[in-house]
Amino acid sequence: MTVTHETIGKGEVLLAVDQVSLSFGGIKAITDVSFDIRKGEIRAIIGPNGAGKTSMLNVINGFYHPQQGKITFKGQTRSKMRPSVAASQGIARTFQNVALFKGMSTLDNIMSGRTLKMNSHFFWQCFRHGPAMAEEIRHREFVEDIIDFLEIQAIRKVPVGKLPYGLQKRVELGRALAMEPDLLLLDEPMAGMNLEEKEDMSRFIIDVNTQYGTTIALIEHDMGVVMDLSDRVVVLEYGRKLADGTPDEVKADQNVIDAYLGVAH
Amino acid sequence: MDILFKVLIDPFLQMGAMPDLFVQTIWDGFVTGVLYALIALGFVLIFKASGVFNFAQGIMVVFAALTLVGLYEMGLPAPLAVLVTLGVMFVLAVAIERVVLRPLVNQPDIILFMATFGITYFLIGLGELIFGGNPKQMITDQLYLPRGAIEVKMLGGFVQFQKIDIAAAVIAVVMIVALAVFFQKTRIGRALRAVADSHKAALSVGISLNQIWVIVWFTAGIVALVTGIMWGARSDVSFGLQVIALKALPVLILGGFTSVPGAIVGGLIIGIGEKLGEFYWGPLVGGGIESWLAYCIALGFLLFRPQGLFGDKIIERI
Amino acid sequence: MFYRETGQFKTNYADDMAVFPILQDRIGIALILVLAFVVIPLAGSNFLLSSVMIPFLVFSLASIGLNILTGYTGLISLGTGAFMGVGAYACYKLTTLFPEVNIVVWIVASGFFSALVGVLFGLPSLRIKGFYLAVATLAAQFFLQWCFTRIPWLYNYNASGAIEVGQRTLFGINVTGAKASLEARYMVLLTIVTVLTWVASNIMHGRIGRSFMAVRDMDIAAELMGIDLLKTKLLAFAVSSFYAGVAGAAMMFLWYGGGEANDAFNINQSFLILFMVIIGGLGSMIGSFFGAAFISMLPTVLKFGLPALGIPLAGATAEHLTYILVGALIIFFLIVEPHGLARLWQIGKQKLRMWPFPY
Repeated sequence: MTVTHETIGKGEVLLAVDQVSLSFGGIKAITDVSFDIRKGEIRAIIGPNGAGKTSMLNVINGFYHPQQGKITFKGQTRSKMRPSVAASQGIARTFQNVALFKGMSTLDNIMSGRTLKMNSHFFWQCFRHGPAMAEEIRHREFVEDIIDFLEIQAIRKVPVGKLPYGLQKRVELGRALAMEPDLLLLDEPMAGMNLEEKEDMSRFIIDVNTQYGTTIALIEHDMGVVMDLSDRVVVLEYGRKLADGTPDEVKADQNVIDAYLGVAH
Repeated sequence: MDILFKVLIDPFLQMGAMPDLFVQTIWDGFVTGVLYALIALGFVLIFKASGVFNFAQGIMVVFAALTLVGLYEMGLPAPLAVLVTLGVMFVLAVAIERVVLRPLVNQPDIILFMATFGITYFLIGLGELIFGGNPKQMITDQLYLPRGAIEVKMLGGFVQFQKIDIAAAVIAVVMIVALAVFFQKTRIGRALRAVADSHKAALSVGISLNQIWVIVWFTAGIVALVTGIMWGARSDVSFGLQVIALKALPVLILGGFTSVPGAIVGGLIIGIGEKLGEFYWGPLVGGGIESWLAYCIALGFLLFRPQGLFGDKIIERI
Repeated sequence: MFYRETGQFKTNYADDMAVFPILQDRIGIALILVLAFVVIPLAGSNFLLSSVMIPFLVFSLASIGLNILTGYTGLISLGTGAFMGVGAYACYKLTTLFPEVNIVVWIVASGFFSALVGVLFGLPSLRIKGFYLAVATLAAQFFLQWCFTRIPWLYNYNASGAIEVGQRTLFGINVTGAKASLEARYMVLLTIVTVLTWVASNIMHGRIGRSFMAVRDMDIAAELMGIDLLKTKLLAFAVSSFYAGVAGAAMMFLWYGGGEANDAFNINQSFLILFMVIIGGLGSMIGSFFGAAFISMLPTVLKFGLPALGIPLAGATAEHLTYILVGALIIFFLIVEPHGLARLWQIGKQKLRMWPFPY
């Protein structure tokens, strides 16, 4: 009963999740969920706590291996893959609980997002000259653009472990952007932020989407943000798909109102 | 082919040809394993309650035995020497809690691990300074431990059981049962288990961490004393024993750092495995493989079960 | 007042990414190098060279090696001593098989053998983490040590079972063996350590160093960013063991002048180097030097310092007291600064930057 929205979806299908089921021992985290993400859109995944949203992202970038179902990314179908392969195919993500490299500076964190793009030989790395240094400078320029874009110039050389939470989230977004992903997965990018920080972050997400044309899938609990930002929304509950469609359609869906937004009295 | 025969078939033929020798080897391995298990047990107690990878457990064994013998040589009667040694172990527990654990609370695991290295060095120096560096004889008779051996006729030969080994096995069983009862049935035992699960939660319901740590380190000290007596009775008492104490580490990998049954089963597997390996396969490569076989058994095992024998499967979350 | 970056503007990224971006640091390093290369060999006493500087340099190299593995990549190893041994025995075999090749080449090349063995024993690190890995590396320690004593081919079927260091020259000057002067050995060792330190610092400042630290800080996130965990960890083992191997070869050929595995490459050596790394500061190049200096000089200082203070010491008692003091000092330093001497150094520099104002 998947509802398709040819008119609303922006481009061709970038990623399709097909009847995926995932369980840990006897606990079913995801049951038979299908949906797709189209090129250029902002796709939101919402649902109550424990609905399987983060598990879904973990399946998409290869961290969890589903027992059933297939995932098609850029026309290639696979049932499981290693996370590093997913990354090299162009999937980047941020994490619910900030997963930055705490001992490294902001600059190094974002630079580490360029790892896949860097390939100078170990030999040159030993001397930090020639191709290794040229490459380092080239990528530093790219990273500086991201730093400008996210307005974090002042904390360039601060170890991220010392930064406040809101800035850490921003650095994490920067690190994901440094990978120049085709698909960007954001796991609760605004959790624990105040209104101002949320506005900033929303602006960055929209800018990333429009300026770089990056396709974004995000999980978020703030309904106002979700409904404003996203092109399409998929609703999960207890690991099953409850609804799928534009924000307006989802808002109007009786199942969603009953299960998620609360039954009207 | 010859090599394959020597490695894969010949040892088993030897086992079959002289089953009495085989039983003897198993028994030797079993007793060694019990002693490994005892060291590992002291380790597990501390790791569970304070999250400290206590490298000093092996040294505590030697230190306890050395103190006991040293006090006896200074003229104390044996029972009194045991009591005083227990007192020393208690003071040690309090001192470690005060001087090492309390200032280092909440530091990364590796820092606490390193601190126990400091304790190790300190105890080696202190023990040798007070009691001298020469190997000593354990006061077996004065502690009413049996001597001699029982020879049992079986399988067409004789198998020798040292009485002290039998005593060691019995005492180990008694102590493990006592610890299990202590953990499961008493108020302190419940507090210990609470601390093992979560320090913060335990604190929030009014359990004193400092007190628990002293109790745990003291318990580990008692285990160390018993182990030291048993081990000292089989060889002699000197800091050379510390290398043997390192063997408790592969036992821990096998059994998992937090599992008491794991420590026991792991100890037996390592003890028996390494004796069999040394006796039947060792001669093929020139002997002496006892020094590393235990680690390789543990390592091979770990590749297939990274969580240890009794650990739960780890689900990584992010 | 004197130490601050104010006014030192960087106009390109290459300058900004320099290892020592501040002018005063560069001057400091230059002074240290002059001191080490010129003043010490000319003015230093034999005692200073043989009992202080040479051990310090050998241990610094080994600490850098272990720091790359434990401090930068987060993998604890208790097998450094054995990896040093691999280097020493490899160097011994190489120089007896090909005596015409210069010894300095072999000392450095033996690191590659050690790296190979390191990779082999690093394989379990993909599945095993933390203390479990530490115990697993003990397998390397004991197995390799057993090999050193049980495989006569390794020590050329010597009756003594030990490595014997022959006469080798560099530019016509004896650098190993009984006739080599202390100054020559010191200069060779110092050159090796300086070059390798520079290389290590380069690696740690680039892409590879960042992947190491990413694996240390959050391995799952690193993997999701496309860093291959197995490759990165094995590379860390390789680089780390390379340094340990060169340190081991240098220890035998430039310091001990011969010896056997059970004395030089036993588990206590592994522990000692781990101490150096922790006391010096995990994940810090300069910390490796601080740690090596502290631990390698402590016994010497106690041996000669305590009698000077009027505390008489008999041989055995001195040894026991040293043990007690080392143990106590380790605990003391961990309590005072768990992040090691390198952190104290950093705090000191920070203070100096503000001086003479409080903030």
